[in-house]
Amino acid sequence: MDIPEKEFLAPGHRACAGCGATIGVRLALKMLGENTVAVSATGCLEIITTPYPETSWKIPWIHVAFENAGAVASGVERALKAQGKDDVTVVAFVGDGGTADIGLQSLSGAMERGHNLIYICYDNEAYMNTGVQRSGATPYGASTTTSPHGKESFGENKPKKNIPMIMAAHGVPYVATASISYPEDFMKKVQKAKEIEGPAYIHLHQPCTTGWGYDPSKTIELGRLAVETGSWLLYEIEEGEFKITYRPLERKPVNVYLEAQKRFKHLADEEKEKIQNYVDQVCAELKI
Amino acid sequence: MSMIKVISTNRAIAEAVKMCKPEVVPVFPITPQTTISEYLAQFVADGDLRAEYIMVESEHSSISAAVGASGAGVRTFTATSSQGLALMHEILFVAAGMRTPIVMGNANRALSAPLSIWNDQQDSISERDTGWMQFFAENAQEAMDFVIQAYKISEDHEVLLPSMVCVDGFILTHTVEPVDIPSQEDVDKFLPPYEPISYLDPKDPMSLGTFTDPDYYMEARHDMEVAMEGAKDIIRRVNKEFEEVFGRKYDLVEKYKTEDAEIILIAMGSICGTIKTVIDRLREKGEKVGLLKLISYRPFPQEDIYEAVKRARRIAVLDKNISFGIGGVLFNEIKAKMDVDASGFILGLGGREVSPDDIIGIVEKTRNPTTETNQINWIGLKEEE
Repeated sequence: MDIPEKEFLAPGHRACAGCGATIGVRLALKMLGENTVAVSATGCLEIITTPYPETSWKIPWIHVAFENAGAVASGVERALKAQGKDDVTVVAFVGDGGTADIGLQSLSGAMERGHNLIYICYDNEAYMNTGVQRSGATPYGASTTTSPHGKESFGENKPKKNIPMIMAAHGVPYVATASISYPEDFMKKVQKAKEIEGPAYIHLHQPCTTGWGYDPSKTIELGRLAVETGSWLLYEIEEGEFKITYRPLERKPVNVYLEAQKRFKHLADEEKEKIQNYVDQVCAELKI
Repeated sequence: MSMIKVISTNRAIAEAVKMCKPEVVPVFPITPQTTISEYLAQFVADGDLRAEYIMVESEHSSISAAVGASGAGVRTFTATSSQGLALMHEILFVAAGMRTPIVMGNANRALSAPLSIWNDQQDSISERDTGWMQFFAENAQEAMDFVIQAYKISEDHEVLLPSMVCVDGFILTHTVEPVDIPSQEDVDKFLPPYEPISYLDPKDPMSLGTFTDPDYYMEARHDMEVAMEGAKDIIRRVNKEFEEVFGRKYDLVEKYKTEDAEIILIAMGSICGTIKTVIDRLREKGEKVGLLKLISYRPFPQEDIYEAVKRARRIAVLDKNISFGIGGVLFNEIKAKMDVDASGFILGLGGREVSPDDIIGIVEKTRNPTTETNQINWIGLKEEE
């Protein structure tokens, strides 16, 4: 695959070393190119890339609030259309909190109305910008500052909300999951999303060194472990057609993924087993 | 050629919007604003308004989409009321802070609880600190004229603050009156196409709505205050330009028989019509009573108000809102900004009727204040049984 060399997210931003979100945005922008307008929700990405008077964005970018990226992107898309700028791509980069929780209504409205835009959720599985509080996308068993493990708690006690399937239920032409650790798979999906007329949703899994508790040099490795253990699946739903885009040759035990992170360190064997069983069940259904 | 038609205030607002040619119109229906969104939808459906009409899923999204569209460089319009305006609250600050010249119609309606769809002005008064200009119309003609002028004021590069045109729910929104509808040609002559300063353009990329540390935030807020204060002169200029094209004269305030008045009432919106009728009656009896109608609530024209009321013996300030624990907001602002002898009156909350007799009672209480009536007076409150 030819990966464009041109960069649209400038270095020097304030992200943590080993940040997964900025890797994802950088890769996406390479595919989207300069004729793109980006929308961000409030969150890590917005804070680290736009400390006034500096900006990392080499394309036009707008941020309005936490819960309304879908609506803002809708307004941007229609305004460009009204001006005859149909060739400009509109992309929203929103965290899992801004997508799965506080921004779900705004996102649902945008998807339902059929705007020609790409919505990329960068999912680091908690509210990282405010210091690792649980979100609807926090996985079962993870310890966060608001779902901490303790004498009477094993951490987050609910499974991750399945946002990609909720988006698919909107009947939009393109829904995909991706991981920053599988850049070609991700970038191909971004390319498809760009070419498709109508709303496209990509749910991008991205490890977070600070929130998950691992060495910053291991970000890509963690993302791979998530996929290789079946904890995160790579698929796309194009015009309603579901397709797995990557199958691990041999699925690794979930333990290797869990044990590499501080947020799961407290888990008893019993809970780990539950997680393994859940992953086995999902993967069996999909023949992974 | 202009044309006189008998239409509702909501229709007048929609007709004005159509002639101002916004390119993106995100709206969500709410009583009593609803017919504005319906008229605009029909205009778009009939090809009379070439706009992208976005049927959003909430008012939070209508204002958010308007900010996005304005950020992308086009003229926008939205409209709401009461709960809808309250839902927009957070984004109202953002719209003003990002200096997006959005124009919004607000059908003034009481806020829940208890739920009420009827008129008072608590909704927009509660948004006074968001950085939006607020213009209160007395009738359908003013609503139409204020929308057209609001675009020119908001889009002035010295201002760049959003505007709210406020109309009393039902009392105005659903009442039909003869309205002089200007010609498209005249509106085009008066209102030039929108020219944004900074917007989302891949040929000249900019970041809008960035994050600031304490080194910059205060300057951004100060700039807004300077723009809001400066807007008073821009409004006067635009009023004059409007008069030249359309022949109707406006100002930040309207003085009705204030010159020699001993008692002056200060009020906003449709109630001013009732007050004028009462004043005419009282004047026939030789009573020197006048009205200072506040059109521009934000920016707040304290100099104009003071100039008009300073010779009066006593002032009555009428509030269709309440800031619990301190009384009517307008009353308190008047008291804070000028040295006048005033009584405050809370009235018309949640659609409670205000009759000419109520206004006469207010004049009496103001003329002969007791220790009690010199404070906050509730008008039309049912006696406890």
